[in-house]
Amino acid sequence: MNPTINEAVLAAEAENREFLVFSLGEEEYAIDILKVQEIRGYENVTRIANAPDFIKGVTNLRGVIVPIVDLRIKFHLDNVEYGGQTVVIVVNVADRIVGIVVDGVSDVMTLTPEQIKPAPEFGVTLSSDFLSGLGSLDDRMLVLVDIDKLLTSEEMALVDSTRKA
Amino acid sequence: MDITDFYDTFFEEAEELLADMERHLLDLDVDDPDSEQLNAIFRAAHSIKGGAGTFGFDVLQKTTHILENLLDHARKGELALRADLVDTFLEAKDIMHEQLDAYRSEQTPDQEAFERICRTLQQIALEELSSGTLEPGLAASEASAPVAGEQAPALSQASELAAPVDDVTSAGSDAGCLVVTLLNVGDKDRTLLVEELEQLGTIQSQSGDEKRYEVLLQGDVSADDIEAVMCFIIEPEQIEIRPAAAPAVAPASGAPEAAPAPMVASEKAPVSEKKTTAADTKASEKKAPAKKAATESSSIRVSVDKVDQIINLVGELIITQSMLDQTVSEMSEQAGASSGSLQNGMSLLQRNARDLQEAVMSIRMIPMEFVFSRFPRVVRDTASKLGKEIELITEGKSTELDKSLVERITDPLTHLVRNSLDHGVELPEVREALGKPRTGKLTLSARHQGGNILIEVKDDGAGMDRDRLLAKARENGLSVSDTMSDEEVFQLIFAPGFSTAAQVTDVSGRGVGMDVVKRNIQGMGGRVEIQSKKGEGTNTRIVLPLTLAILDGMSIRVGGETFILPLSTVLESLQPAKDDMYAMAGDDVVLKVRDEYLPVIAIHEVLDVENAITDPTKSIAVIVQGEGRRYAMLVDELVGQQQVVVKNLEDNYRKVPGISAATILGDGSVALILDITGLHRLSRVKKEAGKRVNNPSFSFFKEAEPS
Repeated sequence: MNPTINEAVLAAEAENREFLVFSLGEEEYAIDILKVQEIRGYENVTRIANAPDFIKGVTNLRGVIVPIVDLRIKFHLDNVEYGGQTVVIVVNVADRIVGIVVDGVSDVMTLTPEQIKPAPEFGVTLSSDFLSGLGSLDDRMLVLVDIDKLLTSEEMALVDSTRKA
Repeated sequence: MDITDFYDTFFEEAEELLADMERHLLDLDVDDPDSEQLNAIFRAAHSIKGGAGTFGFDVLQKTTHILENLLDHARKGELALRADLVDTFLEAKDIMHEQLDAYRSEQTPDQEAFERICRTLQQIALEELSSGTLEPGLAASEASAPVAGEQAPALSQASELAAPVDDVTSAGSDAGCLVVTLLNVGDKDRTLLVEELEQLGTIQSQSGDEKRYEVLLQGDVSADDIEAVMCFIIEPEQIEIRPAAAPAVAPASGAPEAAPAPMVASEKAPVSEKKTTAADTKASEKKAPAKKAATESSSIRVSVDKVDQIINLVGELIITQSMLDQTVSEMSEQAGASSGSLQNGMSLLQRNARDLQEAVMSIRMIPMEFVFSRFPRVVRDTASKLGKEIELITEGKSTELDKSLVERITDPLTHLVRNSLDHGVELPEVREALGKPRTGKLTLSARHQGGNILIEVKDDGAGMDRDRLLAKARENGLSVSDTMSDEEVFQLIFAPGFSTAAQVTDVSGRGVGMDVVKRNIQGMGGRVEIQSKKGEGTNTRIVLPLTLAILDGMSIRVGGETFILPLSTVLESLQPAKDDMYAMAGDDVVLKVRDEYLPVIAIHEVLDVENAITDPTKSIAVIVQGEGRRYAMLVDELVGQQQVVVKNLEDNYRKVPGISAATILGDGSVALILDITGLHRLSRVKKEAGKRVNNPSFSFFKEAEPS
């Protein structure tokens, strides 16, 4: 085997990124798989008073108190239901552990750099600041969410940066 | 491995040594000094110097060196100790501590202080010692002289001790030749070693192979020193040193001066150097008390992180255990009298888990002695500054307290002690006139009381003047009345900016501080009480929880939710009668409890709990107190008391108003711990926000009758 070709393949592979694809309503979103710590069911969430409605509360993740954010409420989707199928993706961002509630997790996709298109300027609900791009895969479109930026943003009210007295 | 990895160990060790030194200096009876103590002080200085030299902390090393020389004379009885000399030594110790701190924070130590203390110490040396006994070493180490790397007594002494059984180890010849034989040393190490040797003297010849390499070294260096240097690179067994011409060598006297060993050593082999200093500390004086050696070997230094991790894990274990317990009891209910061995096993597990938790928690506990040990110095300094005579009594030194609390209690306590000395205890003359003994008494005590620790600062001084406090409070515009209880009046001193001191001294009286003291103590979940009698003294009592990691809680239920109230805030609970509740202007409601009107806060309103009991007469009023504020909290149900492991909400989330932390219940779910003061604030904020919207839930209460 020609070593140079092999290296080229490896280099190309290194630039490919893996994403966890999840659904919110009809749409498909994806986040960097390296941010994902685990996936678990939605259960035993303790409500936190006076928090925004999309913050469902906190739960016990093996002794760690983890806030749970429902992205469906955050993105103003209808039909927000909690059942056996409701899934929480536990992500690790900015040294914090946060659980996000989604409608379902479908698969893990590998996207080449060419498949990732820049996100157009749009969105009031989901500012394009929080997107790292759009992934096109045959006839599917994946919204690539920059989960770091999204969860540490002020409007998510998850971080104490704007602490008030 | 980098030498900086060892800095921390050195800093910690040096800090302990300095503390040791201070303790001994304070204990020292100047008229009849205990040689054991003088030795201990000398040893401490000596060890610090050794370490400082190794790590290249020149300024610290020089300072210690001069001090060490003086101490050496003192322990040999050549220097007569006086109180003012001890003061100077203490000052030197402080400066060394500052230098240490500076090195720790990677700053340059204060040059001015360094030069000043060096001059002072040298002055003492010149004045107190007849010139004949003055060692050249002392003169050589003037502040400006480049000392670093010229002396290494730490090393040479250590090597004396560590010297292997070799009849020539102590051979030091003035200009003789030594044959240094390296056994089984690889090329790379050998090159290094030869370089080392070049620094020690002139290499006359070298030859040999990997197995046996001989170097003929000429120079003013002892075998000990060579060995000491070599040990950093190779094992002692790999070196053989013998005099080349085998001249009759004079035995090395005392601690021979080493060549630039420390510099070299510090670059090459920190590990062995660390060992050497340690060995030095332990064994440099055979007279070291056996007790000290025993305590050293029976404890290990572990990082707090590791301990916290264990505590966390044990907390998890407890939760898992109680979850399991619940499942087992449910199972056995269904299956009737099922397997008894499972039940037995469960109760055994429960007991073991509890024991384990207690044992682990005790790791974090350290005795109050750590705090109290600094006070002899504080009292001594403050008293002499104020011209007062004070006897300090400490009680309950062995009372244990969580480490994090110990660290945080030190400053408030220091402030209280200073305050007592300044405002409390009178001048000796005044005391005599009052018929009190000249020497004032200050008692520091610590003891357990229930789940709390009680720390008292007690003096037999003037006590607090109720009238003066009230007058001063009025002057400051605080609302006070003559009918206030003594305790309430004394609490006034914790108000910001409050000071009754006739004049501001540099000890206290600026009016800043007491409020900070109170805030700090409250931040630790504790409280301060003052008892005082005019003319007889003041007793300040600090009540602290034993630990911050575990909380005695009262679990309450509101709607379908469970919350935890810190038990220390709960005064009582009662079923409110309709007649005892009065609506006030707006939608505020007060509850009359034994002639006292308390504001009412309904948890379900403040925290928006659904399906809660909204009729106050059907709910339970828990009277709580936080930061001096008392109110009635309406809850649905009291569930019971339990110890809970406190979990921080801010680790992954943010601060939540009205909530101080969270915990995990037996069923694995999260319960929030209520913040009594925060809830009060939150309720005010909510009421303000919802002012325009009339709240109907309290409207059926009768209007407060005009008085």
